[in-house]
Amino acid sequence: MSYIIGLQCRECGRNYPADPLNVCDFCFGPLEVVYNYSEISKVISRKSIESGPLSMWRYKDLLPVEGDEYVDLGTGFTPLIHAKNLGRYLGLDQLYIKNDAVNPTYSFKDRVVSVASTRAREFEFETIACASTGNLAGSVAAHGAKAGMKAFIFIPDDLEQGKIVGASVYGPTVVTISGTYDDVNRLCSELADTYPWAFVNINMRPYYAEGSKTLGYEVAEQLGWRAPAHCVVPLASGALFTKIWKGMNELSDLGLIDPFSTQMHMTQPNGNSPIVDAYNLGDSHIRPVKTPKTVAKSLAIGNPADGIYALAALRQSGGSAVSVPEEEIVQGIQLLAETEGIFTETAGGVVIAGLRQIVKNNGINPDEPTVAFITGNGLKTLEAVEHIVDTVPISPTVDSFADAIANRL
Amino acid sequence: MAKLKVNFTFPDNIVPRPVIWELGQKFPVITNIRKAEVRDDFGWVMLELEGEEGEIDLSLDWVRSTGVQVDLVSGDVVAG
Repeated sequence: MSYIIGLQCRECGRNYPADPLNVCDFCFGPLEVVYNYSEISKVISRKSIESGPLSMWRYKDLLPVEGDEYVDLGTGFTPLIHAKNLGRYLGLDQLYIKNDAVNPTYSFKDRVVSVASTRAREFEFETIACASTGNLAGSVAAHGAKAGMKAFIFIPDDLEQGKIVGASVYGPTVVTISGTYDDVNRLCSELADTYPWAFVNINMRPYYAEGSKTLGYEVAEQLGWRAPAHCVVPLASGALFTKIWKGMNELSDLGLIDPFSTQMHMTQPNGNSPIVDAYNLGDSHIRPVKTPKTVAKSLAIGNPADGIYALAALRQSGGSAVSVPEEEIVQGIQLLAETEGIFTETAGGVVIAGLRQIVKNNGINPDEPTVAFITGNGLKTLEAVEHIVDTVPISPTVDSFADAIANRL
Repeated sequence: MAKLKVNFTFPDNIVPRPVIWELGQKFPVITNIRKAEVRDDFGWVMLELEGEEGEIDLSLDWVRSTGVQVDLVSGDVVAG
């Protein structure tokens, strides 16, 4: 049963059919899925959700698909961990980590790609595609394999070998593009207009982005059907931030959680912080960053498609925006690893470093439930932390060992 | 004929310059403005360009040479 009414322009409100479209022809605004919430309210309940699978698809009634043949690798319903050690360090009694690093391809991208690939198959596309420098590539390749679709992955030709392997193992066609970052963006947009393929974050974007709502649903359910007081989220395009907010609002509107007053806090790295900068300037327009320079590659979106909507969500929620010095990103990774045993990629380092800043600014009451969103696995960005390796070399004797560790006991 | 949806961002020193008019004079490219905002300190214009692909490329190279930043309306599609 589908509850999709169609697509609607977020700027001018024009309506479109639920086709593979992403931009309003008239004003160039982005399109968003419109649902029949009155019908959804008749079938959805806490009980119906709780009786569903332990995956993101337990929220199927609120996702933009028509059938029940999902392209599912087992994504979602990831752990929400009460981070007592990190909380003690930061002075927060109710700190939780939403650990999305444990998804099938080790990032939250599996949520959006699971929806996009399911919808792509419903549209009878035979090929799924994306342009990526990391997490999205692996997820699209894996879902393409599961769905029995051809997969094309477009990457800059200077991408690290490890990231190419992480996508190639699933058997897609990996196309390396020479030229600047702008060139790659432009080419992929043109290819999406030229080839009858499902580009997950271009012509499938209205459906794709909705997958991130499930993070908001899960956090609320895992907290006992209530929204947290604070969400701390990393921003690249801004879509994740807006969809977590949207997801919690949908649950409230449907009566599944009480009305809430969650403050949404955005975090970006100093080397690429166009959305945070716009907030600090009091601006509603995002000034694109021409050349992002950050170790947090998964957040290096200089021209964020959903930036203005993320700003709107932040302002509506009364949250805050912080940009994190580059040198604090690795410190954030280490802090989370050493306190909670969770190894996150650089985007997670931005979140933890940003959380520290927000606490320092007295932005969070210690007793208020606070959720930090960890969206990718540290094994994906080993190069960022290689320098912290500090081994203890010894000879194969007990004395050598005793001498070497004398000052470490 | 190709079409491309782009966003021009003008720094404060370029705001007074009629860059889009100049583009139309220098290149056989149709400019179709959909949205814009101009302030003292910066401005942005969202528009569609239509013409031969090579001419669009040349026109955008020239626009960049004036100091105007050019970005795709759709935002960056190369994701992390």
